[in-house]
Amino acid sequence: MYQEIFSKYTPTKDNLIYILHDIQDSDPQHYISEEAVQAISEYLNLPANHIYGVITFYSMYSTTPRGKNIIRLCESPHCYIKGSENILRKMKNSLNVGVGETTKDGVFTLELCACLGVCGNAPVMMINDDVYGDLTEDKVDDILAKLREVK
Amino acid sequence: MAKTVNVWLDGNHIEVPETMNIIEVADKYGVHIPRLCYHPDLPPTANCGVCVVEVSGNPLPKRACCTPVAEGMKITTNSKKLRAYRKTLVEMILSNHEVVCPTCSANNKCELQTLANNLGVDPDHLPTILHKAVKDETSVSIIRDINKCIACGRCVTVCNEVQTVYALTFADRGFDSHVDTAFAGGMANSPCVNCGQCTVYCPTGALREKSEIDAVWEAILDPDKHVIVQEAPAIRVSLAEEFGMELGTVTVKKMYAALRKLGFDAVMDTNFTADLTIMEEGTEVVEKLKAGSKRPVITSCSPGWIKFMETYYPDLADCVSTAKSPMSMFGVLAKTYYAEEQKIDPAKIVTVAIMPCTAKKFEARRPELRDSGYQDTDYVLTTREFLRMVHEGGIDFKHIKEEDADENMSFYTGAGTIFGATGGVMEAAIRSAYTLVTGEELEAIDITAVRGLVGVKKATIPVPGFGDLNVAVAHGLGNARILMDEIREGLAKNGVSPYHFVEIMACPGGCVGGGGQPYGNDMAMRARRGEGLYQEDRDLPVRKSHHNPEVKRIYERFLGAPNSPLALKLLHTYYFKRSVNSGQVTEQATHKHH
Repeated sequence: MYQEIFSKYTPTKDNLIYILHDIQDSDPQHYISEEAVQAISEYLNLPANHIYGVITFYSMYSTTPRGKNIIRLCESPHCYIKGSENILRKMKNSLNVGVGETTKDGVFTLELCACLGVCGNAPVMMINDDVYGDLTEDKVDDILAKLREVK
Repeated sequence: MAKTVNVWLDGNHIEVPETMNIIEVADKYGVHIPRLCYHPDLPPTANCGVCVVEVSGNPLPKRACCTPVAEGMKITTNSKKLRAYRKTLVEMILSNHEVVCPTCSANNKCELQTLANNLGVDPDHLPTILHKAVKDETSVSIIRDINKCIACGRCVTVCNEVQTVYALTFADRGFDSHVDTAFAGGMANSPCVNCGQCTVYCPTGALREKSEIDAVWEAILDPDKHVIVQEAPAIRVSLAEEFGMELGTVTVKKMYAALRKLGFDAVMDTNFTADLTIMEEGTEVVEKLKAGSKRPVITSCSPGWIKFMETYYPDLADCVSTAKSPMSMFGVLAKTYYAEEQKIDPAKIVTVAIMPCTAKKFEARRPELRDSGYQDTDYVLTTREFLRMVHEGGIDFKHIKEEDADENMSFYTGAGTIFGATGGVMEAAIRSAYTLVTGEELEAIDITAVRGLVGVKKATIPVPGFGDLNVAVAHGLGNARILMDEIREGLAKNGVSPYHFVEIMACPGGCVGGGGQPYGNDMAMRARRGEGLYQEDRDLPVRKSHHNPEVKRIYERFLGAPNSPLALKLLHTYYFKRSVNSGQVTEQATHKHH
């Protein structure tokens, strides 16, 4: 199943990052499994411990299965000053999960991230590839409800 | 010769090669720069920052471990500013370290403890923040205690760059960064070969052997058990340093006396079965040579190497000698030959092996090594564990009256004792194989071409009636990989191995540099331990395994002849193929002789 991704890249270690992204993006649970690492290890002739080190170094990669939608709430100073802490509390209550956890129905995973570069609209979060700014506690429920409806 | 540069080290003018780093220059000229992650055997990683020095023209201090010297450089190694830097750094490291010195296995040997003491660090300056991580106790050989880890990275460097085992890595980042195995599966579920080099290079007690001391005391105190002890060649040359005696002194007779005082019922010697290994392995080599085999014979004594081979080179498993290691030969003979001769029920025999090695703990538990009908080797203690027992037993080792070993399974030759140094098994084997092939005695028995610390050593020995015998020796698994790749390529391209006979030892320097050896050693110290063994070889009356009278006797009375059906049953084994990800057995690679 990984061969299609591998065929796009020459087997050199500088392609590791791209291959990891593609594998994670193509996984319905948005993560990189142990089996995937073993396959990459064979393709790139790179030890599995090295690949694991790279995956865990970057916060964008996950080694555990995640939900359909990945929420990344900015925890940098600008957003913090503008109340990201309240948004986080609200989000935890609404979703009934802690940071790094996935909702029971598998629809959302809640994560924190560093600055997203849209400080003018703080507090900010990204859900999948979309940015949501000027967040308030009320807005959060609307956004989550809409995403829940998407099949 | 590299170009030299003029440098002023603390005001003293010196001329040094431009390829050297500041810390190497300082060490050479007797200036000790405080350090923590730097080790002379390993490439610098600049993780800890303790070795900072002031360098002319630089407003900020430089790390001495990774800053090369340059023309006109003025280096200050000790100043108020540097002392403050170092103190703060060590305080920060200590704040994230579980400080339990009195009960720690590294107490008095810990580089962090010494450094904190030397720098006058204030323990209350910073609050302690521990990760409270769970210890990795999955391995039968090695325990990883993350709370004592200071993330210096030496274990990661030695595991990946020196040994090329690829078990340990840094995971996560920033303050969460820690040493781990892939997917946090634990060392037992990684390609770890149990070589224990990580435990030797760890500056603290974060990596150590899984101790079997309690079980051994228990056996000793059980009146129903007959407890037999055997000691590897490298042990006798590694005990002296603990007691302030000259490095590399052979203390074999003090060792026997101490073991008897600790309460072992029978004190014997692994060196005896080292000689026996030469007879079994040497015969195997000679038979293969006579049959014109295109594939090499590779030694099988080193359990770290065996697991490495099963993991990374299972396609060459048939090239590895089927002879068990001297430790395992000893175990099986103790519970068969010795039990019969002494009329002792083998069920009551407990065999304890004192080894310079953590991988021997794994070897002892291999399910296939039970040809006596019991687990052939019951317990394995590292040199460090044995030393702890000596201290616990209140033994004044330095002044203890020398004693001989018991008469059984203890006589050894110079060939047996040099097993403990890289190239020793090869040299011992050549001394006897020469006679097995030609029927004549080899006169020039000091085969210096295979001695010393060159990573891969090669030699050609002319053997009358056979021709040139091509041999190669590798120590350290990174060097083993180089040699094995060459052999694999030779077999694939030309259908023939470039060497007839190959010795591989997992640890740099051979067993004297083993993962169970006393803390605080480097390659230079390993070399001196090795020299101690070569000195003992020169001093011994018998220096060839086939002249060992007790080896002759065991063949006459019990085994018949080398590679006889009984010898093949008891003294030879087979190998497996293992997953490079989990280290677990996936299939059997070779079969036992019948």
